[in-house]
Amino acid sequence: MPYTPENRERALRIIARYPERRSALLPLLHLAQDQDGWLSPDAMAEIAELLGIEPVEVLGVASFYTMYKRDRPRRLVVSVCTNVSCLVNGAGQVHEAVAEAFAADDEILVEEVECLAACDAAPVLQVNYEFHPVAGPEAAVALVEEYRRGDRTARGVSGGRALR
Amino acid sequence: MSVTETRIVTRRLREHPDAHTLERYLATGGYEALRRALQMTPDAVRDEQVTASGLRGRGGAGFGTGQKWSFLPAGVHPRYLVVNGDEGEPCTFKDHMLIEGDPHQIVEGAAIAAYAIGAHHAFCYVRGEFALGIERLERAVAEAYDAGFLGRDVCGSGYDLEMVVHPGAGAYVAGDETGLLSSLEGGRAMPRIKPPFPAVQGLYAAPTVVNNVETVATLPHIILMGGDAYARLGVGRSTGTRIFSVSGHVRRPGNYEVELGITFRDLIEGLAGGVRDGKRMKFFIPGGASSPWLLPDHLDEPLDMDHVTQNLRTMLGSGAVMVFDEDTDPALVAWRLARFFAHESCGKCTPCREGSDWLEKVLFRIAHGRGRPEDLDLMLSFGQTIVPDLDRTPFNQTTICALGPSTMSPVVSLDRWFRDEILERCGADRRRIPVVPA
Repeated sequence: MPYTPENRERALRIIARYPERRSALLPLLHLAQDQDGWLSPDAMAEIAELLGIEPVEVLGVASFYTMYKRDRPRRLVVSVCTNVSCLVNGAGQVHEAVAEAFAADDEILVEEVECLAACDAAPVLQVNYEFHPVAGPEAAVALVEEYRRGDRTARGVSGGRALR
Repeated sequence: MSVTETRIVTRRLREHPDAHTLERYLATGGYEALRRALQMTPDAVRDEQVTASGLRGRGGAGFGTGQKWSFLPAGVHPRYLVVNGDEGEPCTFKDHMLIEGDPHQIVEGAAIAAYAIGAHHAFCYVRGEFALGIERLERAVAEAYDAGFLGRDVCGSGYDLEMVVHPGAGAYVAGDETGLLSSLEGGRAMPRIKPPFPAVQGLYAAPTVVNNVETVATLPHIILMGGDAYARLGVGRSTGTRIFSVSGHVRRPGNYEVELGITFRDLIEGLAGGVRDGKRMKFFIPGGASSPWLLPDHLDEPLDMDHVTQNLRTMLGSGAVMVFDEDTDPALVAWRLARFFAHESCGKCTPCREGSDWLEKVLFRIAHGRGRPEDLDLMLSFGQTIVPDLDRTPFNQTTICALGPSTMSPVVSLDRWFRDEILERCGADRRRIPVVPA
């Protein structure tokens, strides 16, 4: 999807912060993903036009970074850390339980991620990049369920508050 | 045990839950250091304060901060300051805390650094997953502009400084300083060959200094207490305090800011409460996933960067201390770390791209009961294509950045400390299979 007029305005403000336009690429990708729940080919084409580069260059960069999702739109991204400090605190079971519980829901992506830098609270997961320490598999599933039902507010799928 | 923290950089955020606000920051002496620094010449800030303090980079490499600044070629402008907040080294969580807990301290420190190196544009690259941290740092920057600590004519000194908070998007290798610059330029975060070093050709091929978040957060305190006073803290060439992130099987995991020179035992047992559930320690990792492991026998060694590198064949790295109890399978930990490196290898250098994948495959089968007798030596053999001399510390490398040699740390650690255990699991006799010369 193209940017809304408001977001296009924000995109131009972001570009103006940098000595060279192309530096705005990562922030603009976040902005598009927050708006649409994914990075559509249309959005990448618009970003290319704004930055004066080819769409394939945008794709080449977007595909390098794990936070950018290019397959289809989603409402929730659940990132379960399974690196060692979480691993030895039961992260494997947490990931398995959450992945299984929401496997049938197209709007939810459950992914295994590398260290989220919150190891004092291990095991941890993020829902749309909001941090949560979890007590165990059941607690983790219950937490994601609260987001799914809308009892907890989820921000954009790339953190949402990241760009103003 | 009566070891205590020495809180300098973490003091405000430990004492005040609202330390991230400008009101609290100003009420606790904030931006006083910037005012003072602006009354000195830039060279005086660099030489008489920062170089005199002995401050070394807190990101992992431990290079002298003042020295790094001094490499900028004179008279070449524009030049840039980049703050590295892409904290991704497994089990390091100090910068995350500093960014969320005390963002103005980073803004002030970055402003001091930018003034000292003569830069008028500074970038704070923050890991994309730190959504709250990015929000708080962006707000802090906006508040600093409004209050006259950034922008035109900072504090009436005539010095101008623009500051931009830049979100990453999930790439460990962007934490390498040249990988970070590639990313900040809007590219894939692939590291660049050095030389030219960033000080000569960095961001947009202009002279650039890249400093870690904790490093710049320390600068206001060096200005306030004086570089010489700061240098009296710590031990040897490891001056001052550092924040260590302790996690794993300990009673009180967390960030502890301590004066360098205390022992691993003080940190792990004294502060973090030791191994939990009445168990014993099997091994610990002293400086992030990239550092070779140590045993309980090493607990009385001091937290001294040079000592650890020269005498213990490992490094303090990013300050991430991971502790594992007696029931931990070292092969499983090694495999998980290998999987991390294989996932994060950017693919630019063949030894790392291919080697990290093969290490992951071989360690997977060892960790899952399908190891072959020759597997450990097989890994040491092909690992020589990444690290030609495994006995050297720090490792030498055939790759552009340090991710390549880091992949060998778990393997070397298994060989050093758990060789018999691994060979027995793989059903081998104890004969060492000759390693093919590189």
